[in-house]
Amino acid sequence: MEFELSSEQKEIQELALKFARNEMTPVSQQYDEEGKFPKEIFKKAWELGLINTCIPAEYGGTGFTALDSVVISEALAYGCMGMNTSFMANDLALLPIVLGGSDEQKKKFLTPFTEEFRIASFCLTEPGNGSDAAGIKTSLKDGGDHWILNGEKMWITNAGYADLFVVYATINPELKHKGITAVVVDAKTAGIEMGKKEDKMGHRSSDTRGIRFNNVKVPKENTLGKAGEGWAIAMNTLDHSRPLVASSALGGAQRAMELSINYSKERIQFGVPIAKHQAVQFMIAEMGMKIEAARLLTYKAAWMCDKGEKNSQIASYAKAFASDSCMQITTDAVQIYGGYGYSKEYPVEKLMRDAKLIQIYEGTSQIQRLVMARELLK
Amino acid sequence: MNIFVCVKQVPDTETKVTPTADGSFIETASIKWIMNPYDEFAVEQALLVKAANPAANVTVVRVGSEKDTEALRTAMAMGTDEAILVESVDNLDSYSIAKALKGAIEKSGKTADLILTGKQAIDDDCLQVPQILAEMMKLPSVSVIVGFELAGTTVKVKREVEGGALEVYEVNGPVVLAANKGLNTPRYASLPGIMKAKKKPLAKFSLGDVGVTDGDRRVKYSGFKLPPEKPAGKKYDAMDAAKQTEVVSQVVGLLRTEAKVL
Repeated sequence: MEFELSSEQKEIQELALKFARNEMTPVSQQYDEEGKFPKEIFKKAWELGLINTCIPAEYGGTGFTALDSVVISEALAYGCMGMNTSFMANDLALLPIVLGGSDEQKKKFLTPFTEEFRIASFCLTEPGNGSDAAGIKTSLKDGGDHWILNGEKMWITNAGYADLFVVYATINPELKHKGITAVVVDAKTAGIEMGKKEDKMGHRSSDTRGIRFNNVKVPKENTLGKAGEGWAIAMNTLDHSRPLVASSALGGAQRAMELSINYSKERIQFGVPIAKHQAVQFMIAEMGMKIEAARLLTYKAAWMCDKGEKNSQIASYAKAFASDSCMQITTDAVQIYGGYGYSKEYPVEKLMRDAKLIQIYEGTSQIQRLVMARELLK
Repeated sequence: MNIFVCVKQVPDTETKVTPTADGSFIETASIKWIMNPYDEFAVEQALLVKAANPAANVTVVRVGSEKDTEALRTAMAMGTDEAILVESVDNLDSYSIAKALKGAIEKSGKTADLILTGKQAIDDDCLQVPQILAEMMKLPSVSVIVGFELAGTTVKVKREVEGGALEVYEVNGPVVLAANKGLNTPRYASLPGIMKAKKKPLAKFSLGDVGVTDGDRRVKYSGFKLPPEKPAGKKYDAMDAAKQTEVVSQVVGLLRTEAKVL
């Protein structure tokens, strides 16, 4: 077994952390407060090769492994979990093309993302279907050489800025999973109606909207795999993206712990720094323990992707454990800061708000447990 | 056009420094090393010149131990073409370092048209190497530069002096220039840059190869120690109105006799 990152991975991590500390952390509170989309920072990260890490080298990408991507995403989330949601959404949207697209589709859709700064969105969830993703109502009707796409999608990250959407829709709702089909939709196509930007509790800099597709014509050659293979592509994508989501929780938790350690050494109560009080020490010990365990799970889930092994179980462990830990750790960070922690003057209340979403998106902590139990009891 | 950039690897600014038992240096084992921030400005300036003169070749040079290849790789990931490491101990003195740099530049086989470096290293803060190097190479030098304009072989540089004023020099190359903060904004090494850096040439010379001997050492370090801990401050309570006059005269007396600030 090998528990150490390679020297190259350490260099990549160093660069991503430097970027997070210099470009993201100093402005993350301002972007959060204004709910401003971090387009310039996003673009700068893209210029350095920190974005779209899933694109293989033969299509112009950096050719990073899943583990490399996780190391980068953890570092960027350390800078700001909210911004990292936008960054990560590009990978989430491009992964179905990487995993389910033909060579021609990869050249056509992935390569432009390596040549200029572009944004992509993954459209699975609907107003009436969140965890029950297979109950999709958005439909694809046969129009000869094209599909006619109709329906509504909800909670779509990057929607307002996307150049490209990967949309999951059904060719026949009665077929359930087997009717689900993934198509690539150019954002300039007629009939796409954008909803208002959602006013969220956390991840406020990331742009989240509903989208309505009204008789949108999608060329049939934009179908990923065959009609009816969309569910398998979506599930495969989530196996690859869950380690990324877990790493985002990890980055946020790491920041919360570092802030807690620094603050508890400075804040004096009863004549000593509060770090001398056992009640505070226990909270900090718990943070370190959970982060270390979550990191091992997350790295293992990514490492399994790289080995081509089925990682659903470990990816669910990682996603649920890292996000639940992040929630606990950021909540305790606010507790350690006391009244100051509850104020927007200090950075920890934002971390706590941001942590909450990671327990919800890309499969709630409860859905992850269903996946785990199903596998364990089979 | 050949540009040489002399860089140093220094402890991260947040490092807690501990002297070695014999006081000859600091403990280096657990230190996180970074490229000297002033040297980053020098690297960036070289890359800006290269961007305007695509035929230019930029070589980074460091006199130090194996760990210093990290700083050289970082410089190459930022975009410099090649690197030279002169292998040495970490606590060499400024004179030997300057002599080794001169030797390495000569041994590279390239004629230097421009030599850039940071104005000082943030660890020992000697501020000597650029000037000694220029003297040894019989080249002009300007330090603390915050402005740089190249026209043919002439460089127009701005140099910061006390009070925020600027001196402007026109120097004919080759020249040694030492960068200050404000000269430019160093770029990040990009991820593709990190990958490419692995394939760029890194030559290694010994001190002997570049003509430096033990006899060149002008300074021998023997007494590295931490500054004494600051004693706790004294408190005088002047809240009691009746005692105020007495406390104030006592404090003024101490400021005069003990602290000697009045």
